[in-house]
Amino acid sequence: MRVPSYFTASMVALSLVATPVLAQQITGAGATFPAPVYAKWGEAAKAATGLELNYQAIGSGAGQTQIFNRTVDFGASDAPVDSAKLKSANLLQFPAVMGALSAIVNIPGVEIDQLKLTGEIITEMYLGKITKWNDPKIVELNKGVTLPNLAIAPVYRADGSGTTYVWTSYLSTVSPEWKSQVGSGTSVKWVAGNGAKGNDGVAATVRQVKGAIGYVENAYAIQNKLTTTQLRNKAGNFVKPSLASFAAAAENADWKNAPDYAVNLIDTQGATSWPIVSATFILLPKDPKDTTRSANVMKFFDWAYKNGADIAKNLDYIALPIAVQDAVRASWKAEIKG
Amino acid sequence: MIFQALATGAGILVLVLLGAIIVSLLIGGLPAFRQFGVGFLTSADWDPVKQVFGSVVPIYGTIVTSILALVMAVPIAFGIAFWLTELAPNWLQRPVGIAVELLAAVPSIIYGMWGFFVIVPVMADYVQPFVIDLLGDAPWIGFLFQGPPFGTGIFTAALILGVMIIPFIAATMRDVFQTVPPVFKESAYGLGCTTWEVMRAIVIPYTRISVMGGIMLGLGRALGETMAVTFVIGNTNRISGSIFGPGNTIASLIALEFPESEVGSLKLASLMALGFLLFVISFIVLAISRMLLRTGART
Repeated sequence: MRVPSYFTASMVALSLVATPVLAQQITGAGATFPAPVYAKWGEAAKAATGLELNYQAIGSGAGQTQIFNRTVDFGASDAPVDSAKLKSANLLQFPAVMGALSAIVNIPGVEIDQLKLTGEIITEMYLGKITKWNDPKIVELNKGVTLPNLAIAPVYRADGSGTTYVWTSYLSTVSPEWKSQVGSGTSVKWVAGNGAKGNDGVAATVRQVKGAIGYVENAYAIQNKLTTTQLRNKAGNFVKPSLASFAAAAENADWKNAPDYAVNLIDTQGATSWPIVSATFILLPKDPKDTTRSANVMKFFDWAYKNGADIAKNLDYIALPIAVQDAVRASWKAEIKG
Repeated sequence: MIFQALATGAGILVLVLLGAIIVSLLIGGLPAFRQFGVGFLTSADWDPVKQVFGSVVPIYGTIVTSILALVMAVPIAFGIAFWLTELAPNWLQRPVGIAVELLAAVPSIIYGMWGFFVIVPVMADYVQPFVIDLLGDAPWIGFLFQGPPFGTGIFTAALILGVMIIPFIAATMRDVFQTVPPVFKESAYGLGCTTWEVMRAIVIPYTRISVMGGIMLGLGRALGETMAVTFVIGNTNRISGSIFGPGNTIASLIALEFPESEVGSLKLASLMALGFLLFVISFIVLAISRMLLRTGART
């Protein structure tokens, strides 16, 4: 569309009058999971640096498509993009922030973080093999907790979602049977249970159905006071979902050897690690059309790494370890033209 | 002259738009049709991980919920129309008529939320456990009423759809009932017929075909409903024999899976192909209703 130049000129003049300093816009699109923290970072960064982030949480798949087509300055994805695709699209991938998933349940008489579960048991629930809450396998782990003779109703995200990707990756990691029969992805072929739309839908369904089990982002579980559970980690210890156990998982991950930072934070080593943690990623073109905008994206995330940890923590996300932040900065310098 | 050209253009635009939508859906869905062939229409598999897609489950869900909805809605809609045209006192006819039309104007998302937060708990706590206990072990029909009482599922979705299409069917029925010439009815009353006999012997035979057309319009609406169904159907790509079991409809599946489907992927093509199939089904239903309404008007 062609706009008459006098019109543009007058618009520029108007905006100059309205805001003495022109805010520098950067645009991004993609993952919904980190959207709350990007929004808060955006507000804080605007005040501190003058960078105005316009982020559209349209879903990881759509975000990837947008950055492949270069319609935004950066893309965001919960699932890491594989190396071959990154190479052909000439993109740099780096992590922005981390989050964790919690299992939530609705069993009368069972309180927050009281129930102990293992990945194997959850897998069998979602495969429809364990169908009652008083199954001997669950009772054995939970001596002292009264478990009713209640049908287990697994709930999952019906909409395609990065949350489902992380959850099914976890189930695939702990259970070879899940891996071969169902696998992992943003949406999969579920064997048992009911689907609900969005975190809200899963939370509301679990609340309404007695005997339900579901999964949501931990931030969501805390804000809505949902009944989370303990999980057994790789070291064999039962851990509660907390910022400490999430941070332990992040520290025990093998960042150095992960290609394109696609680190596996699922079921990491460490005595206190929470087993279902994941990083969410940013996709940035290595040959940007507009180097200023690309530089501004890096400036934004540099600011967020330095100053955004508290904001992330308040929203129950986890900031990246300092060593990883430095490695990302080095990658920017080495790989992005500008 | 200019006016005529503009008006003609507007008319033709509708045809072009319709054609463009059909063609773009068909082209978008072509990779799926090519990959799976007839299998797309006969396979009940929907597995995004293994990239296998079939349309049986959503088509089954779409048709079963819509037909169940009709079974629930038609008798009630008939009652409303019958009461409004024959029994209701004059001063009540207008307010109730307007209320019916207002019901038709409620956005579907409202029905969805109402269904999820009000109807689903009632179904989960009272209706489903009761029916499952009562009929779940009955011979022959028991399988229809089994499974855990989630509250959501095919039956709940059909119930919400039924409520949504009642005003459409009722309004059409009322309108066609009013087209019956008073002379016919009065002569029947003169012979000593009761109100019900007049309805059965005069009004229904006279308007039979138009009534069918109205029902088909309601069916068309039920087939394409998205948001309200998504909330309450359980969103599961499996066919369960039980009417309390979860399922999926074409429109709901498309709405849920679309945001995470990459451009050029087989999944997106399959969703497009599903959209095309829904278009075909709706088109057939609408064509039948048009045909019936037209012949109804002629007699």
